[in-house]
Amino acid sequence: MSGNLIASTARKARKLTEEEVHEIEHEMELYPDKKAVGLEALKIVQKHQGWVSDESMQAISKFLEIPVSDLESVATFFNLVYRQPVGENVILFCNSVSCWVMGCESIKSHINEKLGIDFGQTSEDGKFTFLPVPCLGDCDKAPVMMVGDDLHRNLTHDKIDELILTYRKSKQVE
Amino acid sequence: MAKVVIDGVEYEVNPDNNLLQECLSNGLDLPYFCWHPCMGSVGACRQCAVKQYRDSEDTNGNIVMACMTPAADGAIISINDDQAKDMRERVIESLMISHPHDCPVCEEGGECHLQDMTLMSGHNYRRYDKKKVTHRNQYLGPFINHEMNRCITCYRCVRYYDDYAGGTDLAAQASHHHTYFGRYEEGVLESEFSGNLVEVCPTGVFTDKAFSEHYSRKWDLQTAPSICAGCGTGCNITPGERYGTLRRVVNRYNSEINGYFICDRGRFGFDYVNSPERIRLSPEISDDVEKKLEQFKTDDAIGIGSPRASNESNFALRELVGEDRFFSGLSDSDHEAVQLTLALGQDAAFRSPSVKEIELADAVIIIGEDVTNTSPRVALALRQSVRNYAMDLAKQSQIPAWQDAAVRELAQHDRSPLAILTPYTTRLDDIASEIVLGPPSQLIEVAGAVAKAISENAPTISSGDDRVAQIAKYLAEAKRPLIVSGCSAGRIDFIKVAANLARALSEQRQEVIDLCLTAPEANTLGMSMLTNEENTLGAALDKIRRGEARKVIVLENDLYRRAPHPDVTDALEKADSLLVLDQLPTKTTEKATLLLPATSFSEHEATYVNYEGRAQVSFQVHQNNSGALPSWRWLSKDRKENISSLTERLVKCSCSFEGIKTLRPEIHVAVSGMQIPRQSHRYSGRTAMRANLNVHEPKQPVDEESVLSFSMEGIPPGKDATILGAPWSPSWNSNQSISKFQEEVNGDLKQGNTGQLLLDRDKSDTYLEIKLDVPKADGGLEVALVHQIFGSGELSAKSKALQKRMVDPYIGLSKADAESLGLSQGDSVSIDGNGNVAAVVVRTKMKVGTAALYCGENDIDHHALGETVHLQKVASSHHRGLGNLIVSDLYEEGY
Ligand code: SF4
Ligand code: SF4
Ligand code: FES
Ligand code: FES
Repeated sequence: MSGNLIASTARKARKLTEEEVHEIEHEMELYPDKKAVGLEALKIVQKHQGWVSDESMQAISKFLEIPVSDLESVATFFNLVYRQPVGENVILFCNSVSCWVMGCESIKSHINEKLGIDFGQTSEDGKFTFLPVPCLGDCDKAPVMMVGDDLHRNLTHDKIDELILTYRKSKQVE
Repeated sequence: MAKVVIDGVEYEVNPDNNLLQECLSNGLDLPYFCWHPCMGSVGACRQCAVKQYRDSEDTNGNIVMACMTPAADGAIISINDDQAKDMRERVIESLMISHPHDCPVCEEGGECHLQDMTLMSGHNYRRYDKKKVTHRNQYLGPFINHEMNRCITCYRCVRYYDDYAGGTDLAAQASHHHTYFGRYEEGVLESEFSGNLVEVCPTGVFTDKAFSEHYSRKWDLQTAPSICAGCGTGCNITPGERYGTLRRVVNRYNSEINGYFICDRGRFGFDYVNSPERIRLSPEISDDVEKKLEQFKTDDAIGIGSPRASNESNFALRELVGEDRFFSGLSDSDHEAVQLTLALGQDAAFRSPSVKEIELADAVIIIGEDVTNTSPRVALALRQSVRNYAMDLAKQSQIPAWQDAAVRELAQHDRSPLAILTPYTTRLDDIASEIVLGPPSQLIEVAGAVAKAISENAPTISSGDDRVAQIAKYLAEAKRPLIVSGCSAGRIDFIKVAANLARALSEQRQEVIDLCLTAPEANTLGMSMLTNEENTLGAALDKIRRGEARKVIVLENDLYRRAPHPDVTDALEKADSLLVLDQLPTKTTEKATLLLPATSFSEHEATYVNYEGRAQVSFQVHQNNSGALPSWRWLSKDRKENISSLTERLVKCSCSFEGIKTLRPEIHVAVSGMQIPRQSHRYSGRTAMRANLNVHEPKQPVDEESVLSFSMEGIPPGKDATILGAPWSPSWNSNQSISKFQEEVNGDLKQGNTGQLLLDRDKSDTYLEIKLDVPKADGGLEVALVHQIFGSGELSAKSKALQKRMVDPYIGLSKADAESLGLSQGDSVSIDGNGNVAAVVVRTKMKVGTAALYCGENDIDHHALGETVHLQKVASSHHRGLGNLIVSDLYEEGY
C-alpha cells in the first residue's frame, strides 16, 4: 500500500552510473545554473546508454532538480537525442540538396535493401538505425553520411557494402 | 501620454505600452493570439501584423508586429493597409493548416478566440488539402480535456502555466509542425490554477472537463455577475446555468481582485449546487411551515451565524434574535483571530492590500499561512510579486515591462525576496528566498525576532535562527514590504506576531504597511462584523447547555466543524427546538427539529465581505426549484420583506456596513427602466426546452427585486459594465471581449464596481503581547493544521470534480519522529486515542516535533485536540488514499 500511496515519479528513476554523474558534475561547473546543464546531461547519458530512456529522464531530472517536463522539452526539441532505443550504429544519412544532386537516392535504396530498413527504423539484429539528416557540411564530397562519429564521403554502393561489413564486425569484436 | 496615428486618425496612447495593447485600449480591432493582457508580448504568432511608416513622407512602410512595437510618440501605423491585412490572413491560414475545423463538436465553439480572429482576419477559404498533422491527446486529470489537434502553437498555455502560475508539469515539446503542448506523461495537471488554461488557450485544446459532462454553448447559458464562495478572497466569477442546473464557472474580470484568473477550487467546486442531496422543503412541513417558524420568532431564541452565509442572512438572524443573542458561527479560536483581524483592519498603521496590490510588493514574509490551500488566488499574486525585482532590472536597462521574454531572460532566476515561515513545505517554496521550517511555536519566535530587529519597541523575542537579520533587512529596505498571515493554522499568535512585525515596519518607515490577513470563508469578515466580541460559539453552547436558550437557530453552519463534537452534541440535544437552515445535509442538520432549505450562492442576490473588508454584491443567476429561499427571507419577521429594505436597515445597524448602500444598483440604471437580461440575445430553445412536458411555453419567471431579468429580452449591457455577467461584443465572442469593457487594457471596467472597502482606518494601537509557549515535556508532537485546496472548503468539497482530487485525512511527520514511533508511509494512526484516525505521510523536509494534520472533511475533530498530540498505530484503513497529494518531486524528495 505505502509504495504508491503518494503519486511520485521519483521512484521511476534509474541510478545514474558513477561515470555519468562525474561527467555531468563536470558540466555543472561550467554553467551558472543547473537548468542549463540539461542538454549536456542528456548527451552524456545517451553516450553511455545509447539512448535516453524514461528512467534516465527521471534520473537526470532528479539529479539536476529540474522538472522532467522541462527536460523533455529539450530532449524532444533536438532530433538527435534518442528517446527510443536505437541500434548499435546510427547511420545519419544526408539527403539535402548537394547529396541529392550527387545521387544519394540510389545509395539510400541500396542501404534500404542491404539492411532491410527505411528511415526511422532499426535493423532486426539491432546493429543499425537509419536516420535522415540535413546537410552535413561536406557537400564537396557528396553523397555523405555519418555512422557514429565518423564521416563517410563519396559514397558508392561498394563502399556501403564494405562499411556495413566493417561496422557489423567492429562492434562484434568489441 | 504620447500621440500616434493609426490609419490617419490621431490617438492618445501610453508610450510605456505596445501598439497592440494601445489599439485595443482605443477600441480598435486588431487580431492577436500570443499576447495576453497580463502576460505581455513574445511575438510568437505573428498575427498582430500592422504597417508602420517612418514618417509622413514614407509611403511604403514596413510590416511590424504591433505587440512587439512600442507605442512611441509620433508612430504612424496602419491596421487597414492591404499588405498588413494580407499578411494577417496568410498567417492565420498557416497557423490553421492542421487545425481540424471541428467547431461543431468543439466546446470552445461560440466563444473561441480562434473563430473570432479567423473572421476578423478575413481567412474564409481553406486551400490546404493535404494530410494534417495529428496528435495523441493526454489524460490530464478530472478538470481539463486535451485536444491537441486544435493547437495553433501560440505558446500561451506554457507561458501562463509555467511562467505565470509556476507550474512544472506542462511543457512545449518537439518542434516545427509537430510541436506538442502537454505533460511529460499522462496524469493530473498539478497546478492549483490549471483551470485558467481553458480561458488562456485561444482555441479548444484545453477545455473544461466538468462542463463537458453537461455542456452547453456560451450563448445558451443564463449568467449573472457573481462572487466565488470558495474562500475569503472574493474572486469575481460568472456561473452559467441551463435547464435548471449550474453548468460551469468562469472568471469574471475585477481589476482589484482576481483580474483574469481564478483558482481551481473556484472554477470546479460549484456543483454541490446541483447535488441531489440538496435539502428540500418536505411536503409534511410545507403546509404549516409558517406556524413552525413562528415558534422561533420569540424572545428566548438564540442564533448562531455563519461565515459562509451572506451579510443579509446573518443580519436577518441577528435582527430576529437580537444583537445580544446572536453568536459567532466560527470556532472560538477563529472567532478570536477574526475579531483581532477586524481590529487590525481599522488600524491606521496598516493597509489590507487587494490582490492587485499584493502583486506590487517587492519583499514579502508569509507567517504560518499556507495561502495556496487557503486563499489560492493570493498565492498566485505572490508569485507575481517576486517578479518585481525583474521589473526593476528591466526598467534600469530600459526594457519595457511588456517584453516578457526579454524581462525573464534578463532576470533569470533572480527574484524579489520572499520569506516563508511554515511548519511544512508549501507550493510557493520554489520562489522563496528563505524557508523557515519548524513547529508553530518556533516560527512565532522567528517572526517576533524579525520584528524586534526592525524596531526596538517591539516586544523582546529572540530566536537562534541566523536568517532573522537578513529577513529584517530586506523588509526594512524594500519599496513596498508585505506581511501575510491568517487564521487557518488555528494559531492567533501568527496574526499577533504578523501585526507586530507590520507595526515595527510602520514605526521604522513612518508609513502605512501592507498587512494581508486572509479569511477562510466567503463571508468570515461580514459575519464577524455583525457579532459582538464576547458572543463566541463556546458561550452559545454553554448557554444552551445551561438551559438558558431553549430555542436555537443555526444559520447555514455545521457546528461540528467549529467545536469539539461531544460539546456540540451535548448542547444541541439539550435544546427544545433547533431550527437549521442549510443547503446540504450535515451532522448539524441531523439534529434539527425544523430543517429549512437555503438557496446557494448562485440562487440569490446577496453581499459578502472578503479578507480586505471589501463588500461585493453577488447577483442571482438562476432559480431554485426545490423550495429553498434565501435564509434571510425565512428569518424575516415580515414575510413580505424585500432585500432593499433589509439592506437599508443593515446599512444603519452601526456595524460599518454603510459602504454597501451603493453596491446594489437600482433598477433605474437600466435603460428606460427595463431590466437587464440574464440570457444572451442568442439564447435558444426557450419555447422548446420544456416541450417534453408541456407544449405550452410557460411565462418567464419574474424577478421582482433585481435589476436583472430571467429572460433574453431587455437591454443588454452593451459597452457598459455596470452589471456584466458574460462579456460579448460584436466580433468578440470569447472572453477576450473584456477589453471592450475596460477603460483601457488591464484598467477598470467602464462604470464597473470593484466593491466597497467597509472598514475605516482611524484607530491606532500598540504592540500585542505574545505568550511564547514553553514546549510541553510530555513527548507529544506540536499540531500544525494543514488545509487542502480540494477538500478543506466545506461546500466545494461536495463537488464531484473536486472529490476526484481529494485525499484522506493525514498526519505529516518528520522522518525521525516517524522512525521513533515505528511508523511508515501510509500507516494509519489514532490521534490521542479518541477515535480520530489519519494516514501517516513521512515528509523529509519537516522539523522534528511537528505533526502536520489535515482533517479531511471534518473527519478529525481537531477542536477536541490540544496543541500537542500523541499517536498510536492502528490497523490500516484508507478511503480516498493519498494518491492525489501533489507533493511535487521538486519540493519533497525521498519517496
Ligand atoms: S495549446 Fe492552446 S494555448 Fe497552447 S500553444 Fe496551442 S493554441 Fe496556444
Ligand atoms: S481564491 Fe478563493 S475566491 Fe478566488 S476563485 Fe479560489 S476559492 Fe474562489
Ligand atoms: S548536402 Fe549532403 S553534405 Fe551538404
Ligand atoms: S500577438 Fe503579436 S505576434 Fe502574437
